[in-house]
Amino acid sequence: MLRNHMREDLSILVVEDNPEKASQITQALNAAGWSDVHALGQTARLDQAIKSRQPDIVLIDLANPDRDTLEHLSQVSDTKARAVAMFVDHTDPDLTQAALTAGVSAYVVDGLQMNRIRPVIETAIARFQIMKQMQSELDAAKRALEDRKTIDRAKGIVMRRRGLSEDEAYKLMRKTAMDQGRKVIDVAQALVTAADLLS
Amino acid sequence: MMKTVLNCGYVPLVDCAPLIIAQELGFAAEEGIDLNLVQQPSWSALRDMLALGHLDAAQMLSPMPVAMSLGLGGLSAEIDALMVLSVNGTVFGLSTPLAQKLRAADHAPAFGQAAQLHKSLNAAGINHLRIGVPFHFSMHRLLLEYWLAESGPPDLSVDIVAVPPPRMSDAISRNEIDAFWVGEPWGSVAVSREVAELVLPGSAIWAFAPEKVLAARHQWIEDHPTRVRGLMRAVHQAARWLDTSTNKSLAVEILARSEHLNLAPDLIDPAISGQLSPKAEDLPTQIDRFLVFNKHAANFPWRSQAAWIAERIGAAADDIAKAKACFRTDLYRNNLGPVGVDLPGASEKIEGAMRHSTAVSSTRGHMILAPDAFFDGKTYENGTEK
Repeated sequence: MLRNHMREDLSILVVEDNPEKASQITQALNAAGWSDVHALGQTARLDQAIKSRQPDIVLIDLANPDRDTLEHLSQVSDTKARAVAMFVDHTDPDLTQAALTAGVSAYVVDGLQMNRIRPVIETAIARFQIMKQMQSELDAAKRALEDRKTIDRAKGIVMRRRGLSEDEAYKLMRKTAMDQGRKVIDVAQALVTAADLLS
Repeated sequence: MMKTVLNCGYVPLVDCAPLIIAQELGFAAEEGIDLNLVQQPSWSALRDMLALGHLDAAQMLSPMPVAMSLGLGGLSAEIDALMVLSVNGTVFGLSTPLAQKLRAADHAPAFGQAAQLHKSLNAAGINHLRIGVPFHFSMHRLLLEYWLAESGPPDLSVDIVAVPPPRMSDAISRNEIDAFWVGEPWGSVAVSREVAELVLPGSAIWAFAPEKVLAARHQWIEDHPTRVRGLMRAVHQAARWLDTSTNKSLAVEILARSEHLNLAPDLIDPAISGQLSPKAEDLPTQIDRFLVFNKHAANFPWRSQAAWIAERIGAAADDIAKAKACFRTDLYRNNLGPVGVDLPGASEKIEGAMRHSTAVSSTRGHMILAPDAFFDGKTYENGTEK
């Protein structure tokens, strides 16, 4: 089912110090149908590699200290968030289950079995997209709630100062916004800011 | 008596000492605890393991529980700070070529002078720096950004990159970064390799900055009050032992022999003794309160410290109270008060207000807090900076 949504031109960055292991992983990815695979051994160049290659997914060992560098890159605003898949050397079904239950966007692979690499990467990406979608919906909901609070405050200010009903106050704000080609929330924000300054 | 095994995560830095000492000197055993110290390869890995329940407790960078509890980036989870594990202990260093450039321009950096350093960089025409920090949610980054923001016009542009501490000196010697903010021993390692010079201890920006905390999942804390009490008491005893001056050299020996740290004694000694060499050829300088484990109520998780952290990592105003609540002063009082630990009268203070050591009201009446001033003289109280 997942496969239908997957692009074959996925760009994958593998972070692995050990050249032998890196080539093993690259081969497994090639065999799984992905050709745009880049292995990075000199990990100090991680930030440049991510900026220049813009990979869709980064594959890194759970025990690699460079995970912190990767985390930082996903926190700074000019770098887009991307999926990260992790592999661990020892099979730990509990950990895998816990990671999935907790909803980490990264998928923890047990033992990096090469024959399972394709479904694992597909799951990691699908999961990441679901998380991203949920996060943006959550952000939108939070923003809407903030906006409503601001508009309510602004309405209150207009009602008190102009002696209007709630409905009239809102209509006045909406008319002002339309006349000025602005959004109601922008007008409300300006009112609240002005009121705070003058109080 | 059967001991309870607690899995406790840590990153091998000198300031994880209270956890090692708690286990090695039997303070944990006295509380019926077998502290299984589990070394972690990165802060991200440690965070995930704690959040997913594979660790019961962990040493964490002080901004981490706040960021996780507020859902700011990375993995969100309700994580509380039981107590502060260490205060201060980080250093800001410049690459040797950069320090030489400043010296050649007659603006040699004077150790510990935060405001002066910014001016020197400007005067020497340095307008861009690539600076390594260990992790995004770290006191290192917050102090660095505070210093940059409060030092006047933003004529110095900075690229902050996260570099794992053991690789910091490699990164600076390969010219991948121009400067770093790092915890010991990695600053002293870079100095001994002659690839960097130390210019500021973290305390030059904030004189009493909570650096690491002992963290656990909120729900685990609720479910295991006895384990939490034992763990806090053991770690507090270890921290007190570490801050007794006559124990310092023995502490260095124990930490060096411990399988948990794998560092030579001469790398552990500077942080523990507070005697650091800013340059390879310099004799060590004594830095007051370089790394504090217990004195001056260092272990008390002041809620105002959590508030400051929350504000600096961009928390919404409504979330400041939530951040304060994850610094568990209540547990500190309930678990450590009965064993005679002196408790402050208040759980918040005006951060930055103390320029000198100050006696404050406490249950046993002999609490003297150390200076906690910011380098720019500002104070921070309850969500407002003054």
